[in-house]
Amino acid sequence: MWRPDLTFDREAFIRESRPRLVKGLIAAAVGFLVIAVLSGPTLTLLLAAIVGLALYIPAWDRVPYGKVLSVGTVIVLVVLYPYYQQNMFEVPIFGGFPSVDTAVTMLIFIMMALGLNIVVGYAGLLDLGYVAFYAVGAYTAAWFASPHFSESIKSFHFGAVGVNEGSGGIHISIWIVLIVAAIFTAVIGVIIGLPTLRLRGDYLAIVTLGFGEIMPQVALNGDNLFNTGFNLTNGPQGINPIDPPGFGKTLEGAVGLPESYLAPGDNALGLFGNSLELYFWTALVLVLFTAFCSLRLRDSRLGRAWIAIREDETAAAAMGVPLMRTKTWAYAAGAFFGGIAGAYYASFKSGTFPADFYFNISVFILCMVILGGMGNIWGVIVGGGFLAYLNQEGLGNIGAWLNERFATDNAEWVRVWGEPIDVPLYQFGIFGVILVLVMLFKPEGLIPSARRKAEFEEGVSDEPLYDVTK
Amino acid sequence: MSTQASRIRLSPGYRPNPTTILGVTFVALILVWLVINLTKTPSEFYNLFLIGLTNGAVYGLIALGYSLVYGILELINFAHGDVFMLGGMLVATMTAGFGLKGEGDLILWGGILAMLLITMAFCAAINTTIELVAYRRLRGAPRLAPLITAIGMSFILQNIGLVWKGARPTSVDSILPRGEIFSIGGVAYTWNRFIVLVFTVPVLLSLIWLVQRTRPGKAMRATAQDRDAAAMMGINVNQTISFTFFIAGALAGAAGLLFALYTTNVHFTTGFRVGLIAFTAAVLGGIGNLPGAVLGAVLIGLIESFNNGLTWATPGSDWTTSIIFAILIVILVVRPEGLLGERTPEGA
Repeated sequence: MWRPDLTFDREAFIRESRPRLVKGLIAAAVGFLVIAVLSGPTLTLLLAAIVGLALYIPAWDRVPYGKVLSVGTVIVLVVLYPYYQQNMFEVPIFGGFPSVDTAVTMLIFIMMALGLNIVVGYAGLLDLGYVAFYAVGAYTAAWFASPHFSESIKSFHFGAVGVNEGSGGIHISIWIVLIVAAIFTAVIGVIIGLPTLRLRGDYLAIVTLGFGEIMPQVALNGDNLFNTGFNLTNGPQGINPIDPPGFGKTLEGAVGLPESYLAPGDNALGLFGNSLELYFWTALVLVLFTAFCSLRLRDSRLGRAWIAIREDETAAAAMGVPLMRTKTWAYAAGAFFGGIAGAYYASFKSGTFPADFYFNISVFILCMVILGGMGNIWGVIVGGGFLAYLNQEGLGNIGAWLNERFATDNAEWVRVWGEPIDVPLYQFGIFGVILVLVMLFKPEGLIPSARRKAEFEEGVSDEPLYDVTK
Repeated sequence: MSTQASRIRLSPGYRPNPTTILGVTFVALILVWLVINLTKTPSEFYNLFLIGLTNGAVYGLIALGYSLVYGILELINFAHGDVFMLGGMLVATMTAGFGLKGEGDLILWGGILAMLLITMAFCAAINTTIELVAYRRLRGAPRLAPLITAIGMSFILQNIGLVWKGARPTSVDSILPRGEIFSIGGVAYTWNRFIVLVFTVPVLLSLIWLVQRTRPGKAMRATAQDRDAAAMMGINVNQTISFTFFIAGALAGAAGLLFALYTTNVHFTTGFRVGLIAFTAAVLGGIGNLPGAVLGAVLIGLIESFNNGLTWATPGSDWTTSIIFAILIVILVVRPEGLLGERTPEGA
């Protein structure tokens, strides 16, 4: 059990805080001035600068309960985000802060990135088909919480909310579906992993890519499996609507929790009036759960075995780490969180479509892990949030900003090009550039874990392709 | 008598392992499936065979590029398929620009030859640049680092293709003659298919000559075997690797030309799709092994066309990609050295 260090080491505190004082103040001053000049100074900008400085400068690790306090503050700030999002300042180029809708997607992608981080960051197995787990999770939600099977199954309800009593198909409460999806996806992870994890390095990457490419094809052609007429995935149309999460009438009456996320209704506290906010908080809980599990797993016996395998597979095997079992666990754990994220995303979007599961999503999630810093939870959270934001809102905002100033006749600054450019069109090129630049110049990521950084600087000896001995 | 009996056995104590039995059974089933289809619809079968052979030739050119690069750097050059795609797009631009459609024979063939040279040079230049920018700095890095930059380069090239020609497939002017050369069983073998082979076979032969008989080829083989030792023998390793990428790019360019003229269609995702098929072919034949790449490519081309076109007990074109990826997975898991490769302690 983790125990806080209750002694306050004054000297260490000052020693570690001092260099950050200068850095933090310079960064805050420059950032404040740039934003204030370009977008105008506001109260929220000042507050944000102060809160940022208060979190960054003091060495909170050295203060009793400091870490709990600082992380707790960040969590509280994120929880309150829907309330102050409207009042936030404008960031130059990027425009306003992400809407709550975007924030939900960001959190879900952060969760997937955290799951992939277990496979890529901890165990060092490059998985190019992570989207397969996302797909399995999403389709599990679609099977157990939608009218999809209404032809074969009359009506099976178990704790579902927001659906008519008599509607056909299977309707199971989303909370149970999340767990089922997680376990089912983990099992799929093990099934994919058992034959393939003997391969090392790039061969494993290609095999996972193969699975990742087969999955959307199965989804696409699954409306008539083996010409039997059995409709598993409803083909290119996808499956919708998928039921929303919720707590049902009994809990609403007793505790005041919302009955269904889509129609929160009147309840005791009146806090839960907005369905987007509900989705946001639930996603946040899931992300915190994933982050907590990741941290605890990393420090567990299993996690140390993963890191040992990543650093030197042969040495780890010689020290008695069972390679296959340890790697399979990494796959199962990564798949577990990918499955939850996929099921929750399907419920949030209220549908699942084969076109969501192509290779580029796998690379997109991989890009998050690599940009932030493989193996580091905080790095992956920042990388995942930023890239998901770019994908959802950011690129459009940047395009609008650029076109306003440089395009057409009434350009605000200088007319550089005639036609407005469509920045989101360059989405994948931008991800490609990020992958190349990060790998070339900062392979440990923007917020690296100290250990991973040392590995990249020292270099890893040449690995054989596959185990002769299994 | 007893000695006689024991001599008849293949070898005493020979027990085929389960994988071999499964593999042999599987191949036998495929042969049975092919024979039944042949007897049911012979003309269709010949036609599909010719289509498969033609596609296989194009895949072979691309697969050789993967194999060459893998042989020398042990790197899966993910961007290779997209280099091929850009070559195809350049051909689409040039056929329209030169106005080759409906020209006389001499101008037409001169134009095609000129386009071949331009496209090969173009793709070779792109491929060499990619090596210089994205892979050279990562020679000493962990092996996954260059693979990730390769994926990044692939995305960048796809985006270039998307911006260049738009999200819809680009059609290429159909300029190849389509007259009949000869016919088997009522199926005509047309010029446009024959031309693909006419271009492919000499390219393959000259490549084999280059690798086996010339000094740069010798340097390539030496670098592939042991980079440090090659450097000590006075071989300029960086230059040799650049040269390999140049050759691979030129092959991708030739494939791009043939593919664009033959299918008269290019799309920005073509490179990714065809690239992975060709990569599967290279793995099937034994990656790093040049004749293996061609053999694998022809097999994959045949499998693809038979699955797309045959009627009896066939999964159909919806599943073609899945089947090819399943082959990729099974080969990597069961026999990573491929059909013609040899198993070494370090792998293929």
